[in-house]
Amino acid sequence: MHRPPDTSRRQFLGLAGGAAVLGTLPVVIVRSAEATPAMLASAIQNVTGGAAVQTGKVKLDIPPLVENGNTVPMTVSVNHPMAPEDHVRSIHVFNEKNPQPNFANFHLGPHNGRAQVSTRVRLADSQKIVAIARLSDGSFWSASVDVVVTLAACTEDVI
Amino acid sequence: MASALINVPAKAKRGDIIEIKTLMSHIMETGYRHTAAGEVVPRDIITSFTCRFNGAEIFRADLFPAISANPFITFFTTATESGKFDFEWTGDQGFSETASASITVE
Amino acid sequence: MRFAGAIAAVLLIANTGFAAAIPQADRRSGYDFMKPDTKAMQDEDTANPGMLWVLDGEALWKRKAGTANKACADCHSDARTSMKGVAARYPAFDKATGRPLDLEQRINSCRTNQQQATPLPFESRELLALTAFVARQSQGVPIETGADPQLVPFIAKGHELYMQRQGQLNLSCANCHDDNWDKRLAGSAITQGHPTGYPLYRLEWQSLGSLQRRLRACITGIRAQAYDYGAPELVELELYLMSRARGMPLEAPAVRP
Repeated sequence: MHRPPDTSRRQFLGLAGGAAVLGTLPVVIVRSAEATPAMLASAIQNVTGGAAVQTGKVKLDIPPLVENGNTVPMTVSVNHPMAPEDHVRSIHVFNEKNPQPNFANFHLGPHNGRAQVSTRVRLADSQKIVAIARLSDGSFWSASVDVVVTLAACTEDVI
Repeated sequence: MASALINVPAKAKRGDIIEIKTLMSHIMETGYRHTAAGEVVPRDIITSFTCRFNGAEIFRADLFPAISANPFITFFTTATESGKFDFEWTGDQGFSETASASITVE
Repeated sequence: MRFAGAIAAVLLIANTGFAAAIPQADRRSGYDFMKPDTKAMQDEDTANPGMLWVLDGEALWKRKAGTANKACADCHSDARTSMKGVAARYPAFDKATGRPLDLEQRINSCRTNQQQATPLPFESRELLALTAFVARQSQGVPIETGADPQLVPFIAKGHELYMQRQGQLNLSCANCHDDNWDKRLAGSAITQGHPTGYPLYRLEWQSLGSLQRRLRACITGIRAQAYDYGAPELVELELYLMSRARGMPLEAPAVRP
């Protein structure tokens, strides 16, 4: 709480999973890796192959103000039928400022009945989150949300 | 020790859309951390989660280091017949765990 | 400058000098301070990562260990009945050592004396798992810690530690958790410090952890030298805090930010 904010943020993600190495492996952060908007664009390009992405159909639920960036609940749903001839084939979620731009890819089919997935993610910093859905007709749809990660008052070093 | 928590309804009506929730114990070491000696702590994450129903894949996820420790994943499926869900998590350093759950569809 | 410094120091003392205990009716679990998303993680077993440790603990409960080749279950049989309410009474007085033991230490004492096995290290997956499994059997049970009269002097020591200013920030536990629990420290709510859910899953830790771990982190946070795991001071603090939370329901394994 008395560190410069940027240092705390790096450490925030860096200490992810620290408990399991408690007492055996002291960990410090010396690198401040960060994805860039260019890396985000490139990760999206890998999924879409350069096809146009339209805004809509996708809903991204994530707390706008999160309590702890190590474990942030996230739900993505796509308002689209799940019929054999017309359905959501996959959902891809990306970030802008973690060390690496991908969260996860979810592969779906008509048997899922509803195109909705939830997981928990790590956010190194306040940033933009993007979810993209690929439909069976080859079109891409997206939603994005800006999330504010508050700094924990007592970030904990491995002690 | 690796435990998994699976939440699948024991019973459903044919055509019901049911939610499946899974929680798997795993550290999800990002590969972006260093020890005090400056060595990289090797990445150790689950990279893939798959759910099959009566042998056929119904859901799959590719996971990256930004997924929180002890990955929690939920999704939906349509109840078509009674049978067995098989869940499989695979990842770095030879990680491979499975779990299963049965459902009765009426 | 010296003059300004002196005024600041006087103000600090004036602001934090009158520590008053929280009235019974105003006591709130850390759960009440959490955002709905975090509450949801605790509310449902399959969403609560702490349950992964409970599952491991259930397996360990039945596993034979030590030269006695005994499992916990061989003496205590079904934990759902034999362990119900037990965690709500810990730390408890231990006749053999004449001191309070917390639940982790009690499990290790059983391992050493009954199973004739090596004690499990503090914060090891196994010890947290067994503790979580035992504590889970008291979920919803009101905390009763401190009823034993033999504990009185140890509760008093714990209270003294709780009130004592320490570290480079010169703060006592009471300065935050009695005097300022309705305020915030950066983005986080300052809670009342009732240990109702231990061992618990902290999002910050991405793991289950013990009350001793939490206390050590707090002490480090005020820039004081943390007591070692198992130190009498830590157990006395645990004992005071649990007795201070008497009547509040146990939530283990809880989830906290």
